[in-house]
Amino acid sequence: MRARIRTARKAMVVAAVASLGAGLLAGCADDGGSDGSGSSGDGKGKTTITLGLFGTMGFKEAGLYAEYEKLNPKIKIAENVVERNENYYPALLNHLTTNSGLQDVQAVEVGNIAEIVNTQAAKLEDLSKISGVSKSNWLEWKWQQATTKDGQTIGLGTDVGPMAICYRTDMFKQAGLPTDPAEVAKLWAGDWSKLVATGERYQKKAPQGTTFMDSPGGLLNAILSSEEEKFYDSSGKVIYKSNPAVKNAFDLTAEAAEKKLLGAQTQFQPAWDQTIANNKFAAMACPPWMLGYIKGKSQPDAKGKWNVAVAPKSGNWGGSFLSVPKSGKNVEEAKKLVAWLTAPEQQAKLFKVQGSFPSAQAAYDSPEVTGAKNDMTADAPIGKIFSEAAKQIPVQVIGPKDQIIQQGLTDNGVILVTKGKSAEEAWKTATKTIDNNLDQ
Amino acid sequence: MATRHDTAAPPAKEGGAAPGRPPAAGLPEKEQRRRARLSRRWQRDVRWSPYAFVSPFFLLFLAFGLFPLIYTGWASLHQVELTAPTDMDWVGLRNYTRIFDDDFFWNAAKNTLTIGIISTVPQLLMAMGIAHILNYKLRASTFYRVAMLAPYATSIAAASLVFVLLFGRDYGMINWALDFIGIDPVDWQGDKWPSQIAVSSIIIWRWTGYNALIYLAAMQAIPQDLYESAALDGANRWQQFFHVTLPSLRPTILFTVVVSTIGASQVFGEPLLFDANKGASGGAEHQFQTLGLYLYEQGWVNQHLGRASAIAWTMFLILIVIGIVNFVISRRLRASSEEFRP
Repeated sequence: MRARIRTARKAMVVAAVASLGAGLLAGCADDGGSDGSGSSGDGKGKTTITLGLFGTMGFKEAGLYAEYEKLNPKIKIAENVVERNENYYPALLNHLTTNSGLQDVQAVEVGNIAEIVNTQAAKLEDLSKISGVSKSNWLEWKWQQATTKDGQTIGLGTDVGPMAICYRTDMFKQAGLPTDPAEVAKLWAGDWSKLVATGERYQKKAPQGTTFMDSPGGLLNAILSSEEEKFYDSSGKVIYKSNPAVKNAFDLTAEAAEKKLLGAQTQFQPAWDQTIANNKFAAMACPPWMLGYIKGKSQPDAKGKWNVAVAPKSGNWGGSFLSVPKSGKNVEEAKKLVAWLTAPEQQAKLFKVQGSFPSAQAAYDSPEVTGAKNDMTADAPIGKIFSEAAKQIPVQVIGPKDQIIQQGLTDNGVILVTKGKSAEEAWKTATKTIDNNLDQ
Repeated sequence: MATRHDTAAPPAKEGGAAPGRPPAAGLPEKEQRRRARLSRRWQRDVRWSPYAFVSPFFLLFLAFGLFPLIYTGWASLHQVELTAPTDMDWVGLRNYTRIFDDDFFWNAAKNTLTIGIISTVPQLLMAMGIAHILNYKLRASTFYRVAMLAPYATSIAAASLVFVLLFGRDYGMINWALDFIGIDPVDWQGDKWPSQIAVSSIIIWRWTGYNALIYLAAMQAIPQDLYESAALDGANRWQQFFHVTLPSLRPTILFTVVVSTIGASQVFGEPLLFDANKGASGGAEHQFQTLGLYLYEQGWVNQHLGRASAIAWTMFLILIVIGIVNFVISRRLRASSEEFRP
């Protein structure tokens, strides 16, 4: 008896120590896995090309690697994915500045492309010179974004995020608004302030506890994305404070927030996800990939209740580029792979499987795009709406610190209006934060 | 303790720890030379081996401690961006002088202080209470002790994510519970004090058990006869606690205060993960941005390496000041406790 008690106690202590140890180990084991340098050859005479990606870019899921390996029996492809771009990008920047630890191919998000173009172009290959790569395949603004002033193109576009307005037909109906996409688009055609006016109409007869749009950040982002010049002018000077387009976008969003047309959430946070699941808002700015996100967060009964209408003005939200670092081990093979992965046919396949909208306009007439449908939007011809929007997106001046400026305007700015601050106070807090963050 | 030279071994001399040898006279010259060579080797061995044994620490310290410290100091005198770390412009002390009128820095310093106080004080008080309870004879005491340490073994990231959900404004469990008893929902992230309390609660949750175990260990070292004689004198449990336990724990309490102060001045992970925007600005109005977070924001979000280095050095200097204050106070306390010793 005594012995049994003792062994039981001993076992408990051992178990406790083991679990503590495991916890500590788990705490330490945050190996991001982005350090694996490109290895070439696996002993069977094959060349392994490594890709550094973030999030779900979908090449593997769409079966493109397998297809390429079949076409090129000497090639093996390995990808190395970091979940969030916030973690991926600083590491990429470090690897580029130290010229080590880079994969053969590195993806770059559109929010970071300007900084890469401005500061790291010397370390990346010019991809416009690969045979078979033709500038005319891509949307002009997409090609421009990854091209330096002296004409070096350091990234080939994968997807883009042409923005439309997704709305709930059932909630629009309850509020007495039209539900047909063409009529809905007419409500706000050409002017963002008409969208806010529609919101006021919605709010008068809105279903209990719902707002017209999801969040201040979402609306501000939509308006700003449709401007040609926002935070920088074409000479690279920061103009966000004096640019009337920015102040107007800020004030319009603040006005909508003051009138309680917007939810008080931050996008992509658990609380925001819950407003999708609980049907707490009727409309949101949405690029094609957002439909996948909505689907992921919605209850099953929301299926088919969404529809898509053209936005007041076309803008772009999201999209990536593939680049090839000069210090990679298989530069030539990597260039061929990048050219193939971003060719129109492959972009169309990627759209079909993954919903990433092609940045190659040559793909817009393919059946994968024109015939596209989505579970959430019933019969809406989403391929047609989004390709129309993509063609109308202006060539936008993007600067190296766009992300910091926009984050300041959103997280330290318009969000404050939902907490009862005046638009003027919110603008002051935002600009003070941004100026401090830009000051070197 | 000073070495007592009459009993301590004499310092190693010729030959060191090697056994003494008879004088080499009378041996063939070759053998003598061999012995002399061996002896020299022994001498070198004895002289340098200890340095080789301790060198790993110093080499690691040089590479990961001293070099970064000096490099940070050097970078803090320059305008340099993380996008081009080799491209340095000399600006002298400008990065330091501008800290004086950097509202964000002082706001962060104030937040660090308030979060430090509202997390450390309740934490240590609760730890003391828990340790006192655990010090009684309990069934399954090992289980309770392990349970106390479990939060400490959880990763900050996991813990903070759970707390973010609990403290959610619209769908959080705490606001739901408050609503249940008729209190209006609190904006745990948007308002200054609620957000600081929420961040502190993560720290308290994580570290209370750890400190409790330290107190418990110290309590168990208190001689039982002190309690017995106190009980004979008619002291109840509370009186025993105040007049026997607390005075005996004084050095331990000082230790935990020092460690917690240092920890509090470097708080980083909790406020970073508590921020709904996953940014480093510590809330929309920087209401819970700590110094550690501000340093991270300048260095890794805004990529201003020079500014971040200057903030790091300023924090380092502040920590030294805190250390000196702690040292002075603890010396005073020790002196006063020695005065009253019977």
